[in-house]
Amino acid sequence: MAIIVVRAPIPGIFYDKPAPDQPPFKTEGDSVAPGDSLALVEVMKTFNPVKSSKNGRFVRYLVENEDELMAGQPIAEIDVD
Amino acid sequence: MFEMTDRKPAGRIRRLLVANRGEIAVRIIRAAHELGIQTIQVHSQADGDMLAARLAGERIEIGPSRANKSYLRPEAILDAARRTGADAIHPGYGFLAENAEFADMTENAGLIFVGPSGDIMRTMGDKARARKAAETAGVPTVPGSRGVVADVDEALTLAEAIGYPLLLKATAGGGGRGIRLASNPAELKDLFIQAAAEARAAFGDPGIYLERFIPRARHIEVQVLGDGENVIHLFERECSLQRRRQKIWEEAPAASLDDDIRQRLCRSALELARAVRYRGAGTVEFLYDENRRAFYFIEMNTRIQVEHPVTEMVTGIDLVREMIRIAGGHRLSLRQEDIRLTGHAIECRINAEDPALDFTPVPGTVETLHIPGGPGLRFDTMLYPGYTIPPFYDSLLGKLIAWDHSRPQAISRMARALREMRITGVPTTLPLLLELTGAADVREGAVHTGWLEEWLASKTLDLPLEKAACP
Repeated sequence: MAIIVVRAPIPGIFYDKPAPDQPPFKTEGDSVAPGDSLALVEVMKTFNPVKSSKNGRFVRYLVENEDELMAGQPIAEIDVD
Repeated sequence: MFEMTDRKPAGRIRRLLVANRGEIAVRIIRAAHELGIQTIQVHSQADGDMLAARLAGERIEIGPSRANKSYLRPEAILDAARRTGADAIHPGYGFLAENAEFADMTENAGLIFVGPSGDIMRTMGDKARARKAAETAGVPTVPGSRGVVADVDEALTLAEAIGYPLLLKATAGGGGRGIRLASNPAELKDLFIQAAAEARAAFGDPGIYLERFIPRARHIEVQVLGDGENVIHLFERECSLQRRRQKIWEEAPAASLDDDIRQRLCRSALELARAVRYRGAGTVEFLYDENRRAFYFIEMNTRIQVEHPVTEMVTGIDLVREMIRIAGGHRLSLRQEDIRLTGHAIECRINAEDPALDFTPVPGTVETLHIPGGPGLRFDTMLYPGYTIPPFYDSLLGKLIAWDHSRPQAISRMARALREMRITGVPTTLPLLLELTGAADVREGAVHTGWLEEWLASKTLDLPLEKAACP
């Protein structure tokens, strides 16, 4: 078991949920599988999902919903199997 | 047209606040400076180094990077206008340009809004009401529901009379957003519920109306200019090349129209604009069904449009200058018979998008920029070498406009200019645009609003990102 950091692939605005009126993609302890959506990054009016490439358990988000992101900025932690 | 010997070419406007960003802010500042007006550029935290902020006489920060905390906040704009002693606000396009409440708030604050009144915007900006206004003015409209549809049952009943396939449109939508295509009653039923929910979430208004879908239609729009009493048209543009309902290539005039249809189309647009006593620059949009030689009103845009330069190139009229002069209190100085078409103009929109990655927008820093030159060319842009394109706004980098005596010559000039243009540091749509200049259907003008997406889907895109370097 090891904690890995998921980074923003592109700069933009960070969203931890698919829509304002919906729950976050993941909360602490949720299982994570490759292909699971972890976040959305809005760049130039388009929404790009950030997906997991690993199996494991979700630990936490490292940025607040609607924060402005730089490319490569850490956005979440996963405890990988 | 005005003479620079006019004592007050801009009328009552002395200090103009530009409530926009990007290339259109640059365009407005240039027009204002030519009229002897002082300019004040608003900017978000992310935009302090944008070209418009550098060109303007003054600049003022209005809030955080996200547009809904800066450019979309009427209070922030009006506060900036008060603090800088502006006497007028130009909204550009997008953001607050078609927000009737903002136009009212501006006037109520004792400032001039460069555009139509809030009342005209409310009539023409609401699609269902605009459609009624068109019908009253005798302008043909696409067969559809008369106004907002109450519920699914009414939609299904009306659809039988309108015919499938049909479009569901959000009454508060725009720019291609909030539109769905239903081919049969089952799809209509599902999509109606979805569309209403989405419209409420996106626009705060769940109103949906129905319209017959016209396959292979062309998008043709007429430019109008009015002073509240007199209205003239400046002929039409064809904007059929669209991707995800966003225009990427526009032309003036529309080569698909003969003189008879052109006259009828422009007269229709004029009748509608006159009926609402239009003031400012506006565009009346139509679908054109070439087979039936029939045109149908779709909507009116109550602002300057992205593609306005093609009209300026073929008429010689500076639309942004005219709209500022009208807002400043001048009567329209042009008569209809003064407006003549000369040659043909094409505009290509250059976006920061990667054609190899399904046109994903990609922000970044411009390293080198070579702008093509020579006769008949114009490049409206906010780029400069070293400029970092922020991720918070749209992906338009600039508009390359080519004019020549005929359409084939204009295409040839556009191709030459696209080959010469060089932007490095960010991926752009330049390779796609260059390829379009060589496409047989584009050269023959045999296109419709679905053509570009069909063409993109039908070919394996082989778009070299590194083009031959300019000499």
